[in-house]
Amino acid sequence: MTTGVMNDLLVAAILMGGIGVILAAVLAIADKKLYVWEDPRIDQVEALLPLANCGACGCAGCHAFAEKAVKGEIAPGKCTVNSAEGIAAVAALLKVAAGGDEKRVARLACAGGAHVARQKAQYEGLPSCRAAALVNGGGKGCSWGCLGLADCARVCSFNAIQMDVHGLPVVNETLCTACGDCVDVCPKALFSLHVVSHRLWVACKSQLQGDTAEAECEVACTACGRCAADAPAGLIQIVNNLAVVNYSKNGLATKTPIERCPTGAIVWLDAKQGAVKGVEAKKITRKSPLPVALADLPVMRTAEGPRVN
Amino acid sequence: MPLLEAITGKRLWRGLHVPEHKDETAHLAIRRMPFPPLLVVPLSQHNGAPAVPIVREGQEIVRGEPIAKAGGFVSVPMHAPATGRVQRIALAPSAKGELTEAIYIVPYESASQEVLYGMPQDIEKMTPEEIVLAVQETGVVGLGGAAFPTHVKLKVPAGRTIDTVVVNGCECEPYLTADHRVMLEQPAEVLHGARVAMRALGAQHTVIGVEDNKMDAVAALKQANGNATDITVEAVPTKYPQGAEKMLVKVLLNREIPSAGLPAEVGLAVFNVATLAQIGDLLPSRRGLIERVVTIAGPGVTKPGNYLVALGTPLRWALQQAGCTANVTSVILGGPMMGTATGSLDVPLTKGVTGILVLTDEDAGPIHPCIKCAACVEACPMQLNPSRLGLLARKERYEEMAAEFHLMDCFECGCCSYVCPSNIPLVQYFRVAKQMNRERKARA
Repeated sequence: MTTGVMNDLLVAAILMGGIGVILAAVLAIADKKLYVWEDPRIDQVEALLPLANCGACGCAGCHAFAEKAVKGEIAPGKCTVNSAEGIAAVAALLKVAAGGDEKRVARLACAGGAHVARQKAQYEGLPSCRAAALVNGGGKGCSWGCLGLADCARVCSFNAIQMDVHGLPVVNETLCTACGDCVDVCPKALFSLHVVSHRLWVACKSQLQGDTAEAECEVACTACGRCAADAPAGLIQIVNNLAVVNYSKNGLATKTPIERCPTGAIVWLDAKQGAVKGVEAKKITRKSPLPVALADLPVMRTAEGPRVN
Repeated sequence: MPLLEAITGKRLWRGLHVPEHKDETAHLAIRRMPFPPLLVVPLSQHNGAPAVPIVREGQEIVRGEPIAKAGGFVSVPMHAPATGRVQRIALAPSAKGELTEAIYIVPYESASQEVLYGMPQDIEKMTPEEIVLAVQETGVVGLGGAAFPTHVKLKVPAGRTIDTVVVNGCECEPYLTADHRVMLEQPAEVLHGARVAMRALGAQHTVIGVEDNKMDAVAALKQANGNATDITVEAVPTKYPQGAEKMLVKVLLNREIPSAGLPAEVGLAVFNVATLAQIGDLLPSRRGLIERVVTIAGPGVTKPGNYLVALGTPLRWALQQAGCTANVTSVILGGPMMGTATGSLDVPLTKGVTGILVLTDEDAGPIHPCIKCAACVEACPMQLNPSRLGLLARKERYEEMAAEFHLMDCFECGCCSYVCPSNIPLVQYFRVAKQMNRERKARA
């Protein structure tokens, strides 16, 4: 009886031990045979990257960027999220030039906050610009304007977008890495990426003209054409009732075109003072949201079942 | 009840019984609405390429005259809804929210609603191709709300044969009775339109499906049909969304349209009754679509009813004519289940507007978390899992929704949102998800 049990135990121990030895041998051989050499610098570079996996560089994450950087396919400076020291460290490690472009940031082509832009209807539903835009455009008088429900602020991985008191997103240029997430999420396509040296900026997308544009928003571009007339030839054009800056001629840009703008739709983005309006731009003193005529203000809700009773 | 349905085998799809609210307008005959002082005719009232204007500012036009030509094969022309003068061609608000090009027309004060434009044509002598072109010329699009150009559906897709034309007279949306009135008042035109469709498609048979809460319409169609055997009229159970193409085809013919497929894949073509009534009415005299029947109803309307409205009539004018109470909170274009709220009363009524619903209700109330009760799963006629889809949408996992949970099979009937005890706007989530997926695909 006891010898039987002992035998069973012994057989089991030998069997398990044997299997262990064989598998260990297989693993040991596989380790040698299937070994893939990876440049150790890839891991070192990756450790110097911000590891945000934001995709702003165009690579599928930080590891892919590190691989390309080691192969010399991408300059360390193309990682727009990295600090200057980080870029320098990567460049020193790989013994290449830091490279990269001038810093780019996301800019919003709308200045129509609640204090200047008319609301045509009250939106009720999911608190998201995406959802609101699918319900008759979202209730803002100007059908191009910012809906102010902060999809961009929520999608920003770097906390670079904050909503101001008037319900407009404000981009913190130091934190912005030009990853482009806000560009993709905005249903009105108001964001675009620009190098910081693009100082002339039209903060409007309305294709309405004159009084019709101004009736919806106090700071709309009315397509009066003064900026285009005052700018060096070809720098600003009026396209579809909207002033459009040709940034390929950005070298010619001065503050002159903004000075006679009656609504302040075209601004000069100063590095220190922020958006500077021209001297003739009307002064906006109202701080509170525009009053709305309730009789003319249908509540917009998506037509979904619960209201049939 | 589900057990009973399972035993009797009558339960063909899920769905709901929703309060119908059809009594207030179903018995009222169609009335003409006067012309507004300004008509706004958008160039894109249909799916497909916008129409191209062929009039200029200041030009005098006659009611029924073409004012814009089709911008391609999947596009239709526009016709003047009233005799008057073209004021301008400019941007105008649309039901989708963005501004689109439109022709502004000032009708003459003396303009009558009589249509003098047009000439007789013999449909019997036309080939199917000629019928397709003639239907395009009328500017008729799907009047059930989809606004897809009808002539495109009259062309048999390559490699397919159409054996049966299905006519959709269900009108399952609450409040709406426009199709009901059309079937009662124009049964001969509906049948004529169906025969035109059969000729164009080479189909041998037509089935008209009408919900069994409209037995008077069934009787009217049967009477107009007499002893003819090429068209049959069938009453189908009243259940929302019976009027959805896939549901109706399943109930009438027990055929299943494949996922992401068209009815042509199972040998069918489906048309709305109002669409066929317009074809039956316009085609013999070669006229264009210039007006449609719109139900104006809801607790906020003082004179609810079915109105024959000139296309391009601004919503504001239509509501002035029907009268509104002071406590109106929202205006819906379409029915309460699938329609969309409008934010502006300057939106013109277009070919795809089936009804105007004026509501006076309180706000929808707060959204609570999903309690996984599966009421939406029970309700979904497409047998999707709206609860799971909703949770994924909250996490913005849109691609996963489409790839693994058949998001694109959802046709936004609203059953899930209707039954949700937590008040979750599921359909709104799905609309956002579909839109995001479309944009991502376009960028890729």
